Amino acid sequence: MVENRPVLTFLTHAVLILGVAIVIFPVYIAFIASTHGPGTFLRGVAPMLPGEHMVENYSRMLAAGHSTSGAPPLWLMLINSTWMAIIITVGKISISIISAYAIVYFKFPFRTLCFWIIFVTLMLPVEVRIIPTFAVVANLGLLNSYVGLTLPLIASATATFLFRQFFLTVPDELMEAARVDGAGPIKFFKDILLPLSRTNIAALSVILFIYGWVQYLWPLLITTDTRYYTIVMGIKRLAAYADQEPQWNLVMAAVMLAMLPPVLVVIFMQRLFVKGLVETEK
Amino acid sequence: MQTKRTIFPNKALPYLLLAPQLAITIIFFIWPAGQAVKSSFEREDPFGFRTTFIWFQNYTRLFTDPAYLNSFGRTMIFAVAVTLLSMAIALLLAAAVNRLMRSGKLYTTLLVWPYAVAPVVAGILWWFMFNPSIGIITYVLSQLGVTWNHRVSGLDAMILITIAAAWKQISYNFLFFLAGMQSVPASLNEAAAIDGAGPFKRFWTIVFPLLSPTTFFLLIININYTMFDTFGIVDGTTSGGPAQATNILVYKVYADGFLGLNIGSSAAQSVILMLIVIGLVFVQFRFVERRVQY
Repeated sequence: MVENRPVLTFLTHAVLILGVAIVIFPVYIAFIASTHGPGTFLRGVAPMLPGEHMVENYSRMLAAGHSTSGAPPLWLMLINSTWMAIIITVGKISISIISAYAIVYFKFPFRTLCFWIIFVTLMLPVEVRIIPTFAVVANLGLLNSYVGLTLPLIASATATFLFRQFFLTVPDELMEAARVDGAGPIKFFKDILLPLSRTNIAALSVILFIYGWVQYLWPLLITTDTRYYTIVMGIKRLAAYADQEPQWNLVMAAVMLAMLPPVLVVIFMQRLFVKGLVETEK
Repeated sequence: MQTKRTIFPNKALPYLLLAPQLAITIIFFIWPAGQAVKSSFEREDPFGFRTTFIWFQNYTRLFTDPAYLNSFGRTMIFAVAVTLLSMAIALLLAAAVNRLMRSGKLYTTLLVWPYAVAPVVAGILWWFMFNPSIGIITYVLSQLGVTWNHRVSGLDAMILITIAAAWKQISYNFLFFLAGMQSVPASLNEAAAIDGAGPFKRFWTIVFPLLSPTTFFLLIININYTMFDTFGIVDGTTSGGPAQATNILVYKVYADGFLGLNIGSSAAQSVILMLIVIGLVFVQFRFVERRVQY
């Protein structure tokens, strides 16, 4: 800080406390709602202070789900979401790191073309090719499966770019020394490049886990079997139902559970998260 | 394109390494996109027996369709509102955190987690607070003499999704602004302070101009975010209503194609969206990002 200005410092804290309050308030209200009984939401205003039905609401949603709105037990959806996020994270990192390796450490015909094909994925989000992509997945018989949920999402231009940038900063001497010592491309990758990429892989994993967890449109399109519902897409069914019959306590319990895992990841791995976000983002 | 000084001589290995990425890209990205372009020039009869090639009719029909033009306009308003709102708040918060030393870390932790909240969940959180019968904000507004009902009022619905979308994006913008501010050399600030410039003057004449690459980058990213990633917010809360008031382009593609089964029109809309993304990505890489070279 350049100079000491008590009034401005006070103002700074005031702005930040207000900002934090705005950011946290919606989640606070949701949490409070999830601790009340069903009667609370019939009339009046949603409560501001905790109720006594927290354990009951959460255990009911986790174990039984909400059969009237067609939502399976939440533990099932949480497991599906976890699988989806993990498979996407591992898949994206694996195929991206080897493509970046190929592009940086080899010279071969059509190298630039391959690079551009990967680049194109940035320009084609799921949202602009909904029906034909759905048709491809349906024709391959991948609807209602983990493969269908994850495989079409694991191409990644951003991850490939990140690893490419990183490999370009790795000193050339390392590879020359490895070759003098008789290491082939696989050995060099496995024993030298991969260990060097550890931090990048970790940072990217945090971002990709969140990316996988918050997917909404894709699971919505390709799952009709409740066994494959992910929690983020399952929320919508619950919420649509809450509009007719106010069981906000149960809906908000589900909302809290859908938020918790990725938010905890951000909070506890903040350094990696910030590194991953600021460095990878396109 | 850049490569290493020495390279491995293998001929087949690089193709093998690239194969999984390329296969997925071609099967699930490029082929479907090509299909979308193809069916945007076709009309399918209602039973799917016959398709006829109709040149640009799907497109001309779209641009004379008031519902589509309305959706276009709404999307622009939505994108501008979300971008300005979340970037302004994020800039203020980042400037505040940047002034602090130790406590800044705690504030950062408390501000960044909404990045991990799914858009649909963000939508539902605000939807609950704005619930016309029991919502807390609705109650406060009614005490102030304002009637709120996003089920009836298109304006209310638009405000609702704007707030939800901006709320979720603050954390992202905040982190980038903060990173940008922290890379401004302290000597510049100190020199200006010695010359008698106060903190506000220093911010607007030194820090903010130096942030302009970050600001421009965020502008593009936020427009991209509002146009595409907010699908969950709309689908989770207003479903495009009331009376098409929040039927943004990306939701309309889904509603017309997947729910309404109007394949030709939906494909033409997809192609228009593709062109918009291509434009945004082009601007981003051409004018903003210098880290990636080809």
